[in-house]
Formats: sequence, structure tokens, C-alpha cells
Amino acid sequence: MGLESHVSQPFLATRLDEVISWGRKYSMWPMPFGTACCAIEFMGVVSSRFDISRFGAELVRFSPRQADLLLVMGTITQKQAPVLKQIYDQMPNPKWVLSMGACASTGGFYDNYTTVQGIDEIIPVDVYVAGCPPRPENVIGAVVKIMEKIDREKAADWR
Amino acid sequence: MMTEADVAARVQEHFGTAVLDTYTFRGQCSVTVAPGSLRAVLMFLRDQLGFEWLMDVGGVDYLGYDERDWRFEVVYQMLSMANNVRFRVKVAVADESTEVPTVYDLWAIANWEEREVWDMYGIVFTGHPNLRRILCHDEFVGHALRKDYPITRRQKLSAPSENILCETSDIA
Repeated sequence: MGLESHVSQPFLATRLDEVISWGRKYSMWPMPFGTACCAIEFMGVVSSRFDISRFGAELVRFSPRQADLLLVMGTITQKQAPVLKQIYDQMPNPKWVLSMGACASTGGFYDNYTTVQGIDEIIPVDVYVAGCPPRPENVIGAVVKIMEKIDREKAADWR
Repeated sequence: MMTEADVAARVQEHFGTAVLDTYTFRGQCSVTVAPGSLRAVLMFLRDQLGFEWLMDVGGVDYLGYDERDWRFEVVYQMLSMANNVRFRVKVAVADESTEVPTVYDLWAIANWEEREVWDMYGIVFTGHPNLRRILCHDEFVGHALRKDYPITRRQKLSAPSENILCETSDIA
């Protein structure tokens, strides 16, 4: 096309969405919302043996305002539901939610008067992870699923 | 050396027919009284027999369990550290409209314990300064540990409030 004659350095041409998704998916900042034993399993996920930093999501933030990946790990009681909703609302866009384990996803065996029967009654969920608790590999698999989802998204989907 | 049987005998002797029932299981003794006698019995235990510690207050719903004349019981678990002896006092609560006198002025812990019994069983404690829910969320309808509460009933969830993380009114 003759562009090379106008630009002295080598360059790549790509789509804007491609670049933005590429940046987002390799640097997710997780916010752990750990209420039960799944949060203990999460320690394995971030530690050296399984090491979520291989997928760029190791920078755990304890403020929702600095995070874009909400990890809900454990039983959510009805009394806690408004807290979880508020935490989710405080996260800036773009944001994704990973529901870890049976309790967060469905209420688990707490089919009773006090437990939310799945956090999708309160907030949108991108990936559900089965298990009680799930293996760390399973959680990493879910993070990769979210990365694939980010790949399919367009920058204009979020504001 | 005071045993639980001694305590039961002293209470029986002092209160006579106000004691509705006594019960012993593997050396653990309890007395059942009417709500009207509760404070007198607990103060007798505290001031005369050295039971300085109210360890726990719990509720029981006996709906459909047996032929007793009352539906609920409120159970007060007492400990005397001075004598190393435990004792329990049960209050017969006829139905949901029967009120039990509060003992929060005798033991401050009864404040929260009685709130829990009210939250779970709907038993009203007369004179309680702050009888609000303590475990379930504020919008909860009904009382979850009553035997006629359907186990699969779902409740309306509360919405986030402005001050959800800095509520200060809850301490008392």
C-alpha cells in the first residue's frame, strides 16, 4: 500500500477491539468475596503451585473500586446479599463475575430459610464453577473461560 | 460440694408448686417453671446458690412432639464457677401470644440471647429494650425455627441501604 514509505518504523495493523480485549484479558484484577471454604481453596489458586499469575490475574485487590473480576467464593446468606450487591455496584466497568462452588452458584446443600439460592438472584454471573470446593485447576479453567468471553466482547459493549 | 440434684432440691423446696416439672438425664437436672416465676427462680439461683453466669438462652418448639400442655420452652443454661456446677431452667410458654419477662437487667448477655430466641421462635420478652432481629435480615417474615415454618419458603431479599457498611445503631 505504500504506507511504509510514510512511517519509518515497522508497525502492525489490527482492530481496536482486538487490542483492548487483549489488554483486558491478560490483566484481570480480582476482588475476592470469600465467605466460606471456597476462599481457602482460592489461596491455593493464587499460590505458587497453581499460580493464577500465569494468566495475569494475580493482583488481588481488596477494594471493589480497584477490581474488575469479582470472585464470589462461598455461601451467601440473605443478610449478606445486599452487601454483595453493593460490592458489585461499586466495581467500575468493565467487570466480570466468577461464581465459585456449589453454594455461590446454587445455594449448595443449604436449601433453607437463610441462604441465597445462587448469587445470580442478585448479580449477573459470567462463569459458574462446580465443586464443593472446586479444585484450583477448575478455577483457573473458569478464569480462562472469562478470558475467552472477553475475546468475544467489543469495547463499545462497556461504558 | 453441691450437685445438680442438690440445686434442684433447693429450688423445689423454695418455690414449691411454682415448679411445674423437674427432669434429670444422666445427672443433668432441670426445672420447668411458668413465665411468672422465671425472674424469681433465676435471681434465687444467682443470689442464693452462686450461679453467677447465664451461659445461654435457647428456644424449643414442641409442636406435635408430645402431649405437653405448652408449645414452646425457653431454656436458660446456668453455670456456677464458684461451685463448678451447672443447672438449667426451662420456661413453659403456652403459645405464641405468651410473653416471657426479660432478664437482660440481670445478665447483659440476655439482651442478644433473647433477641435470637425472638428472631427464631417469635417468643416475646416483656421489657426487652431492643427486641429486633439479630440473625435474619430485617425484612424476614415469620420465625424460621418454628416447626410450622416451611423449610423451602423463600424470603424477599433486602436492598442495599445507603449506610450498609457503617451502621452504628446496632450495638446496644
